[in-house]
Amino acid sequence: MPDRVAIVGVGHTQFRATSPGVSYKELMFEAATRAYADADLDPRRDIDSFVCCSEDFSEGTSIFDEYVPDQIGAALRPVHTISGDGLQGLAAAHMQILTGAFDVVAVEAHSKTSNILTPHHVLALALDPVFVRSLGAHPHFVAGLEMSRYLAESGTSREQCGQVVAKNRGNALFNDAAAYAADLEAEDVLQGEPAFWPLSRLDISAPADGAVVVVLASEARARALDVEPIWISGVGWCSDSFALDSREWGTAAYARLAAEQAYRQAGISNPRREIGFAEVDDTFSYKELQHLEALGVFRPGHAGLATEEGATQLDGEFPVNPSGGSLGVGHLGEANGLQKVVEVVRQLREEAGPRQIPDVEMGLAQSWRGVPTATGAVVILSRE
Amino acid sequence: MGLRRVAIVGAGMTKFMRRALETGRELSWQAASMALESCELTLDDVDGVVIGTGPDCFDGVHMKGEYLSDGCGAWQKPVMRGYVGGGTGVFSPIQGWYHVASGLFDVVLVVAEEKMSSCHPHPQGAFLTIFDNMLERPLEPNLIWIFALEMQRYMAAYGVSKRDIALVSVKNKRNALDHPCAQVAEDITVDDVLNSEVMVWPVNRLDVSPVSDGAAAVVLAAEHVAKRVTDKPVWIDGVGWHLDTAYWTNRDLYYPKYVEYAARMAYRMAGITEPRKQINVVEPYDPFSYKELHHLEGLLLCDKGEAPQLTADGVTQRNGDLPVCPSGGLMGVGNPIAASGLMKVSEIFWQLRGEAGKRQVPGKPTTGLAQAWGDLMQVGTVVVLRI
Amino acid sequence: MTADKEFPGTPLSDEDVSQGKVLITETDPNARYAWDAGIAIGRFLAELKKGRIVGRRCHRCRRTMVPPRMFCEQCFRPTDEWVYLADSGRVNTYSISYIRWDASRVEEPTIPAVIEIDGASKGMGIMHLLGGVKPEDVQMGMRVKAVWKPARQREGSILDIRYFRPY
Repeated sequence: MPDRVAIVGVGHTQFRATSPGVSYKELMFEAATRAYADADLDPRRDIDSFVCCSEDFSEGTSIFDEYVPDQIGAALRPVHTISGDGLQGLAAAHMQILTGAFDVVAVEAHSKTSNILTPHHVLALALDPVFVRSLGAHPHFVAGLEMSRYLAESGTSREQCGQVVAKNRGNALFNDAAAYAADLEAEDVLQGEPAFWPLSRLDISAPADGAVVVVLASEARARALDVEPIWISGVGWCSDSFALDSREWGTAAYARLAAEQAYRQAGISNPRREIGFAEVDDTFSYKELQHLEALGVFRPGHAGLATEEGATQLDGEFPVNPSGGSLGVGHLGEANGLQKVVEVVRQLREEAGPRQIPDVEMGLAQSWRGVPTATGAVVILSRE
Repeated sequence: MGLRRVAIVGAGMTKFMRRALETGRELSWQAASMALESCELTLDDVDGVVIGTGPDCFDGVHMKGEYLSDGCGAWQKPVMRGYVGGGTGVFSPIQGWYHVASGLFDVVLVVAEEKMSSCHPHPQGAFLTIFDNMLERPLEPNLIWIFALEMQRYMAAYGVSKRDIALVSVKNKRNALDHPCAQVAEDITVDDVLNSEVMVWPVNRLDVSPVSDGAAAVVLAAEHVAKRVTDKPVWIDGVGWHLDTAYWTNRDLYYPKYVEYAARMAYRMAGITEPRKQINVVEPYDPFSYKELHHLEGLLLCDKGEAPQLTADGVTQRNGDLPVCPSGGLMGVGNPIAASGLMKVSEIFWQLRGEAGKRQVPGKPTTGLAQAWGDLMQVGTVVVLRI
Repeated sequence: MTADKEFPGTPLSDEDVSQGKVLITETDPNARYAWDAGIAIGRFLAELKKGRIVGRRCHRCRRTMVPPRMFCEQCFRPTDEWVYLADSGRVNTYSISYIRWDASRVEEPTIPAVIEIDGASKGMGIMHLLGGVKPEDVQMGMRVKAVWKPARQREGSILDIRYFRPY
């Protein structure tokens, strides 16, 4: 049984608000082609198992896993889908390799949100059908409630949340694949059209289309390939209560618990010191700050201050979302987590070009499945 | 092969019903509680949870796994939902297996649930959305079309008659009379099947399993825990799964190659070289009568085209040489999509432990197999269990 | 599992629901989609509008595939060229349906079939309906030809073919 698992290949399409010329299958084929070329692998011969991440209602097709195998080289192979996000898919692939029964496993996720004509009605279907949906409210009200609570408990200001938006959309200017690069100020965000108070429209990441594939391998296979392996040092995932009425509203307990699992595996006791940078979920601006505190990178109430002081900028002491995060890249649904993994891998391989953070040895990717869930995952990656 | 050993140490299930009072969360909780109680473990002992559940479309709930998670015991735990259509029920313990076999988890609770009755006017209508959005949905197919197309191919390939196939309905619905959770157990004849209303020829009403609500759950444990918790652990010695191309109209449907590949994967892991001799009791997926035969061949438990003869000779009866669907299968117990596969896994668990009551097959079976199937006739999921 | 163990679950009858004996919450999902057809299916549908069936060929495995796809799932490489196929073929399998998609019954049965298209590789079929034939006269392996909607009624849809008829 292998002790360690590495990421040996990554590939993705551009992330854009729409992708009218191609079907979801063609997006997946491009991402898979790039990932397998990166790893120099032939999926028909070299890959033992495939994991796809999707939700039926996001696709408009039931039993969506029917449609995944062909375009990722998985026809008549062990393939399964999880109804979860890309980091949960990565965790599944990681476990399969650790069993010793599989050497190389590919993970895929994509977004074709542009094809959903009624995205907020679809999202509303995720609300409890008896107790919450009947309120008839747009599902983002849940984020508004949580932001209110978080700001009150942590002493964070809306301005500090606005600075997250400005930072991330600014970082995206250095990321050719990103959909929503922009030169903004925090004030623009505060003046933005009110959405679900205290959220303004600019506090909310906009959706984008795209696909991502990541290939994992056991240590023995990783060494045999002519690639620089990026090691998975720790993985954790967790779901807090689905019920809105039974939930802790201020802190992201799921992120804290997922991080605890990952830190334990990686032997990390001081994340801010031992990890160089992180890609964390910023579906809504305040989530980046809430998640950084839940991950133990900053003490409760201090993520906003750190942002204000520039600590999380590209040239700061702990860069956060160098890729631009969901705010800058676009919200990719279940593919968010894998997009974050790709960024961490690129940074560790020193392939991040204009947004390269110098001298990084270890990075963290964290995802959240979005409103109305309390589910998230954490992966810690490191160089040799 | 040097893999870490994983055992099933407890199991539970709800009745299978056309329409349950309980919500999906409540059904999950009932099955999960029962599984934990059966091995005297509590939620505090559970390190992680795996959920198996079918189309969100039945419930009208997006991200259904999140909605069910509390009822599945997943509060503040790592939980993951696997979804491979009808194959889910047997895939979920496979997913649980890799959690434990990875060394990262010692005890995993696996819960499979389905509540089809929420879908109005009829749950079958939800299946429209499994078809290709561009090229098939405009034709307004009914799910049963594709089963009928596959059944035709199978019948034509070997000259199998509807009478041959009807024997499966008769056997399984009769076996189900001994299953306390059964929804549609009854004593029928081959003529009853042939005379039942034609839905999509050659499929008659009594060739089809019903729409159901229900849940099942199993508790998986690593070897050192399993041996402490029970003196009869049932080892998951082999797992296999394969998904064929989405282009089902480009395949010859007479034979489920993906079931064979999934079975070979499981047999290799379990060290099984002569499945027909080494496997004592089988629960293949039987959502339609002919599927039992189709799958027995795919599982390499008999030669291609031989399954009807095996059935006619009584080999697949409970007291036969190779008991098949001693539970009563989907045809007799019911078919809440994901839960039905886990019901089959639970049946093998109880059979190997000698706890199947009136359904117990004689001869103290030591090795059993459960298999599920689904998608657009594409996926095979197989577990080989040993005591 | 012992014989006298009680299994949970409370079955309801049709009347329990129709007569309002249990509390029910209703939702009508508003889930609507407009899928990008993409390169392969976009071309396939455009050709259907012109009264033609088109496939794609992979030079490595030499399969001519329908429905067309831009990737060969066997070789995992892009497919190489468009190939016009005939609008005729053989019935690979068929059935006779007395129910609609929503499980309601119909008087006149429909005949769904998989039709292997002439010009494509062996076994390359598409799903469609048979028409202009009595159900009892359909044979496995029967030769059939597409009956198209008139050009001005075609929209770039699989329904531009009304059905396949024996010839």
